[in-house]
Amino acid sequence: MEKTVGKILRQDALGGNVFSMEIEAPEVASQAGAGQFVNVYTKDASKLLPRPISFCGFDADKGTIRLVYRVTGKGTGTEEFSSLGAGDRISLVGPLGNGFPLLNGTPLLIGGGIGIPPMLALGKNFYERTGRRVRFVLGYRGLPLFLKEEFEPYGDVFVSTDDGSGGTHGTVIDAVKENGLSADILYACGPVPMLRGVKALSQEWGITAYLSMEGRMACGVGACLACVCKTTKTDAHSKVKNARVCVDGPVFKAEEVDLS
Amino acid sequence: MNTSVTIAGVTMKNPVTTASGTFGSGQEYSKFVDLNRLGAVTTKGVAIVPWEGNETVRIAETYGGMLNAIGLQNPGVDVFLERDLPFLKQYDTKVIVNVCGHSVDEYVECVKRLSEAPVDLLEINISCPNVKQGGITFGTAPKMAELVTRKVKEAAAQPVIMKLTPNVTDITEIARAVEAGGADGISLINTLTGMKIDTKTRKFVLANQTGGLSGPAIHPVAVRMCYQVHKAVGLPIIGMGGIMNAQDALEMILAGATMVAAGTVNFVEPDATVKIIEGIEAYMEENHIDEISSLVGAVED
Repeated sequence: MEKTVGKILRQDALGGNVFSMEIEAPEVASQAGAGQFVNVYTKDASKLLPRPISFCGFDADKGTIRLVYRVTGKGTGTEEFSSLGAGDRISLVGPLGNGFPLLNGTPLLIGGGIGIPPMLALGKNFYERTGRRVRFVLGYRGLPLFLKEEFEPYGDVFVSTDDGSGGTHGTVIDAVKENGLSADILYACGPVPMLRGVKALSQEWGITAYLSMEGRMACGVGACLACVCKTTKTDAHSKVKNARVCVDGPVFKAEEVDLS
Repeated sequence: MNTSVTIAGVTMKNPVTTASGTFGSGQEYSKFVDLNRLGAVTTKGVAIVPWEGNETVRIAETYGGMLNAIGLQNPGVDVFLERDLPFLKQYDTKVIVNVCGHSVDEYVECVKRLSEAPVDLLEINISCPNVKQGGITFGTAPKMAELVTRKVKEAAAQPVIMKLTPNVTDITEIARAVEAGGADGISLINTLTGMKIDTKTRKFVLANQTGGLSGPAIHPVAVRMCYQVHKAVGLPIIGMGGIMNAQDALEMILAGATMVAAGTVNFVEPDATVKIIEGIEAYMEENHIDEISSLVGAVED
């Protein structure tokens, strides 16, 4: 694997500081899976570390990947990414990490905040694999409900918002309950409080949940041990109750991670 | 052109290794780098038993650098010997094992466990700023640094390199102390202690509050200390601190380093080590340098 230079095909502002970037990067696209991520490098030499961003989509035939990300503030690496347009180049390493396994049974896909984009890639994968529409629960702070329409071809979309501006006023778990949803397996990506709720739901229903964890990363390849998350049992690699989000995850079975 | 260098009787094919903690056990980067190309691989610090490390958040990016407070998480020497070392031994590169401990006894026990193993050099970390006991507390007091060096030397089967912290008033004082303790070489510099505060939340960014600053921001400090130590003691030096490219590496060699280690740059360019080696070779060719060792400490006074 090596650092590759992708060509940006388009960049769109989705509102709420969220941007969508489509990049031509055939080698990355041909190996990409839902839940995996790429390390994206800034051009600013004072910013050393890559930004890990999950796939919102990928198309091996077209050789493209799509990254949907939030600009985290003024002068940040993500702000630099958002300033790039069609024809610009961007350095990437990936795909990295372990994605979501596509298992049999009725899935429920839950995304929160900037954890929403990877669920689009996963939902599309499920739909293409089985031909059956799935169910999504998307949790937003409020408007805009970025990407929402793009989920609709692949399944029924239920929304929750923190401020009540759309869908269920409350959490994604509130939306699950309010809409009487059920599933055989849960897939989730979002902030830790949301993942805690999804894990509790999986225990309540007695089903498996796969959670995509986030961690502050440096290397992204398992060397630096910056991005570890707590595990319920002694991890096979680290021999302590820590697993590396970047290579042991980012997707973990809910029972493996300690979210307390 | 001869790029090989010798430290304490161990000859490396070129003067480039990895800085401990930035390259895992070598396996993690082996899909980016042909490890056969490296003069040596320096492993993540290993202790006599597994260490949990610090709470997260463990890293923060800073201008031209980064802070880390990993806290020397490691799986323990037994796992290292069973899993990580056999992996490295598949490659034609030397192995430098970084050793950490909370106490003199822990260093000694760990070094003893490594005595039968196919390890070329030991690098003793008396300079980690991120653990409460051991680490830097041994590296900031000359008497303590000398004592640890002596005890480790008594127990070690392999040559002993002491890794020094820059967080001292006079690095040459510590360098002389480890020389007096019988060290075979010196690695420097470990990270500079730093701190970052989030102005939005008014909290420390790192769970550990302080962390070690690395990256190009610290490179001039490392070059200066390398030069000072080279002048002060007769031991070979593995120079490190913010090396980003071959030019930075050559600067460190001219300041007095026999070997150099690439650290944070691995996160920036996963194959940086090989690029640095190629850059050194190109420099030697352009400047008609036959022996890399002729450049060690060759800065004009």
